[in-house]
Amino acid sequence: MTTNEIINPANLVYKKTNVLTDVPMHYCPGCSHGVVHKLLAEVIDEMGIQEKAIGIAPVGCAVFAYNYIDIDWQQAAHGRAPALATAVKRLLPDKYVFTYQGDGDLAAIGTAETIHACNRGENIMIIFINNGIYGMTGGQMAPTTLEGMKTSTTPYGRNVELNGHPLNITKLLAELEGTCYVTRQSVHNVAAVRKAKKAIQKGFENSAARKGTSVIEIVSTCNSGWKLSPGAANEWMVENMFKSYPLGDLKNI
Amino acid sequence: MAKIKGAVVVDTERCKGCDLCVIACPSNVLGLAKDLNSKGYNFSYMARPDDCVGCAACAYVCPDACITVYKVKL
Repeated sequence: MTTNEIINPANLVYKKTNVLTDVPMHYCPGCSHGVVHKLLAEVIDEMGIQEKAIGIAPVGCAVFAYNYIDIDWQQAAHGRAPALATAVKRLLPDKYVFTYQGDGDLAAIGTAETIHACNRGENIMIIFINNGIYGMTGGQMAPTTLEGMKTSTTPYGRNVELNGHPLNITKLLAELEGTCYVTRQSVHNVAAVRKAKKAIQKGFENSAARKGTSVIEIVSTCNSGWKLSPGAANEWMVENMFKSYPLGDLKNI
Repeated sequence: MAKIKGAVVVDTERCKGCDLCVIACPSNVLGLAKDLNSKGYNFSYMARPDDCVGCAACAYVCPDACITVYKVKL
């Protein structure tokens, strides 16, 4: 059977979901944002909640997420996505509200909003993309940057005496009473992508069941900021990031 | 055992040639083309189409959702 005979709608195994728009993404080649956008769109499509999902976009590379996922979006001031999500969810309690934030947004300027939204147990989902640097602005050191990791503002590696320790904010959020589901996932291979998708689905379900805040950290790569090829960035992440940020559920009630 | 044969279609204009699908493919089917798309990227294509089993590993890891996968049982 030739390839052209196999390519037939009856034999379809996988195709791009329609919740994801046809606009080409502006992300760098190999960026983890693309995979997470795709997973979010697939979960929204499979749960049939396209009309009920409201995303809160951060300041960072994902600020243009409204171009790519065909749902309602709001854009928050830097770090304030959980505060805005609180307002949206309280005004429209039957909607599925989630924030989509990076580490510079969630763990630096937005630490207060993040911690208090989680502590209040708002029925939202927080998707936290942790790549250890400020990707959009040129790869500067973020709170989550690993010890010894080279960035554009720590060219000799992060020095703990000068710059402090990496902030494991997900572990901190797992300690709070208001969170119901805190997990750390990745999207570097097929198994990880499938697990991350399940985690996102569980986050939406918890939101509907009013169990509290779900925090889903996705340990990601920023190959442009790390100055590596997409494949090498994934390998570097497995070797280095997973030591400080091990994958798995931190809390599941 | 029934033999399975697959095929992938890459949206070459959407593809950014990141190589992640080539790395993810367990059957070593995909490769990056020598040709460029309009953005100047070497897009992904089926270099060895006979080996494809339609597992969709490439499509799962593709950050730009540009791969469609088909499969038949022979």
